[in-house]
Amino acid sequence: MFRNQYDTDVTTWSPAGRLFQVEYAMEAVKQGSAAIGLRSKTHVVLGCVNKANSELSSHQKKIFKVDDHIGVAIAGLTADGRVLSRYMRNECINYSFTYESPLPVGRLVVQLADKAQVCTQRSWKRPYGVGLLVAGLDESGAHLYYNCPSGNYFEYQAFAIGSRSQAAKTYLERRFENFTDSSRDDLVKDAIMAIRETLQGETLKSSICTIAVVGVGEPFHVLDQGTVQQIIDTFETAAEQEDPATEPDAATGQEAAAEQGTAADQGGSTDEGAAPMDI
Amino acid sequence: MPKEQANWSPYDNNGGSCVAVAGADYCVIAADTRMSTGYNILTRDYSKICKLADKCVMASSGFQADVKALQKHLAARHLIYQHQHNKQMSCPAMAQLLSNTLYYKRFFPYYSFNVLGGLDNEGKGCVFTYDAVGSYEKVGYSSQGSGSTLIMPFLDNQLKSPSPLLLPAQDAVTPLAEAEAIDLVKTVFASASERDIYTGDKLEIVVINADGIRREYMDLRKD
Amino acid sequence: MNFMASKQPENSLLGLESDSQRTLYVTCLISIELGSSLDVRYPYVTGTSVVALKYKDGILMAADMGGSYGSTLRYKSVERMKPIGKHSLLGASGEISDFQEILRYLDELILYDNMWDDGNSLGPKEVHNYLTRVMYNRRNKFNPLWNSLVLGGVKNGQKYLGTVSMIGVNFEDNHVATGFGNHLARPVLRQEWHENLSFEDGVRLLEKCMRVLLYRDRSAVNKLQIAKITEDGVTISQPYSLKTYWEFSAFENPAQGAIGSW
Repeated sequence: MFRNQYDTDVTTWSPAGRLFQVEYAMEAVKQGSAAIGLRSKTHVVLGCVNKANSELSSHQKKIFKVDDHIGVAIAGLTADGRVLSRYMRNECINYSFTYESPLPVGRLVVQLADKAQVCTQRSWKRPYGVGLLVAGLDESGAHLYYNCPSGNYFEYQAFAIGSRSQAAKTYLERRFENFTDSSRDDLVKDAIMAIRETLQGETLKSSICTIAVVGVGEPFHVLDQGTVQQIIDTFETAAEQEDPATEPDAATGQEAAAEQGTAADQGGSTDEGAAPMDI
Repeated sequence: MPKEQANWSPYDNNGGSCVAVAGADYCVIAADTRMSTGYNILTRDYSKICKLADKCVMASSGFQADVKALQKHLAARHLIYQHQHNKQMSCPAMAQLLSNTLYYKRFFPYYSFNVLGGLDNEGKGCVFTYDAVGSYEKVGYSSQGSGSTLIMPFLDNQLKSPSPLLLPAQDAVTPLAEAEAIDLVKTVFASASERDIYTGDKLEIVVINADGIRREYMDLRKD
Repeated sequence: MNFMASKQPENSLLGLESDSQRTLYVTCLISIELGSSLDVRYPYVTGTSVVALKYKDGILMAADMGGSYGSTLRYKSVERMKPIGKHSLLGASGEISDFQEILRYLDELILYDNMWDDGNSLGPKEVHNYLTRVMYNRRNKFNPLWNSLVLGGVKNGQKYLGTVSMIGVNFEDNHVATGFGNHLARPVLRQEWHENLSFEDGVRLLEKCMRVLLYRDRSAVNKLQIAKITEDGVTISQPYSLKTYWEFSAFENPAQGAIGSW
């Protein structure tokens, strides 16, 4: 059997100029259940799918409040995610101790990315196996960032990570141009819709998703289950009443999305040429 | 060369008085807003009252820089607590934390004299009173700061709380209604500012009850 | 100078008043003896009062340009007010070299802030808080920066004026003054200051304060600058002097009428 000679530690390059250990860490993000984020001019909404490990267990928390103005949603190794969000909380507390003002989101994200980068360049370390969607508000407006294990970070209008996130991404790509001027409630609705795309047949219930909001005049907080269920109910009934014909459409849409989702899941192994680090 | 200021001290006393009164379902915490150094008034509008949690408020006098450091430290600790426990700290828990925080600097103390007031887990008013190095006691009412020598005996006289030596222990909360307690606090500060030069300008009163936190102000002597 | 070696005046240990204060201070001295070596220094060249106030469009600040070496007027062109970043103005009295050290800290702080180039910037509130932490941390190490600082600024239409002392005592107010200014200028400011001072009235009020200080503070000199900060930025005036009048008859022979044995 073929065995890769260049993937036994992070600091070894492959002749093609790739760092396999880092790429494996990026794969870990895709294994985790999906997390999505989207933003308008004034608000950012994070959402995630809660998947329990077994019938008997509860699910793990995937959205963390960092400060009143920052929150994260994670996909991948939850344990690593917790460590990183603890780091972010500390940075926020220290900054506001010194300056009595909130830490700018972009700066925290760079610090976080630098921390992840160090793990890609030390033989005795392991890259973090977690992707973070960082939502935040500062004097330059509302922001949504994606931080990955490679130490790369990107700012987005809307993004999705984790398993079957491609379906959510497709949904968000279709609609993102309207997000800038969206109201907070529409943004929440879109977040739930995007999450539904990743579910692949499973029915959407408030018990399997978590939604969190941060925005102008609204400190970061997780919406309680009742509220989320109410929103789900309103648009489920609306869809049934107004246009029963759309139902099958939606179903096919879901199937199409599911196909894309599976394609994305295999993506890692199929297109060998492209380095996933670019994502 | 110059030696006029050779006797540097890391401490200053910025004066001010604090009072807290606990009732059956409320707590009143009050302090004046004057900040002084020696015979100088630095500012007439500096709040000595700090909200530490939803149902917990601290009033502090003494050395302002230490007080500020203490308040910021407690605020940070409370944030960490909220992250870890997903709830507000209770007033008795904050009382213990404050004591530990003060004692941690036992050999280079925070020069701050605090009263902590709020509602306990049953919604009953509670007051904790401290010295600068962290020893503390749960009481029904208390006063700290430059005017405490004038205020405390007056409160003792008016509130006639049951002796702490009684067995079985009696409840320390005052029998007054909320409005009466606020009136008493106003009287007490109006009196203290007659004789204590470090107390005056304005009185800030914080009332905590089941409805939440409310603030009131009253003018005091400015001389 | 070693702090422990300095002889304490008897009975009034450091001028602290009450028993509790005394005990506290003694315990603290004991702890210091056991721990780190002390490093309290004393000032060499000092600047006297800074006076500042809020006016309609921002903050006005005044300081003279003297640098005293004890009672010797050693320097006559010391700039004691400096712009900090885009939104802040810092004035200092006390040890001039410590002030210049603080300016180096702030230069670095603002440089790193600008290097982010992300649309966020430190405003006067943030700089004031930072300075408060610096001053307080240095006093905790018994190695204070021997200054009283005044920080003014405007950001997002919000006026800010605050001060920090060398032991970290800090507050905001509509008008502030350091050193002698606290005794001589603030009573004037308390009487005459109001929210809607025009620029001209603000300057006139500051000049009145500076004139009082010039007459009564022996280390004040008649060469001063006035600085202004608004939403549009900082402007610091060229040095100039105030008109004074010394020809009162009582000044001509101050000893006349004084009855003494010689």
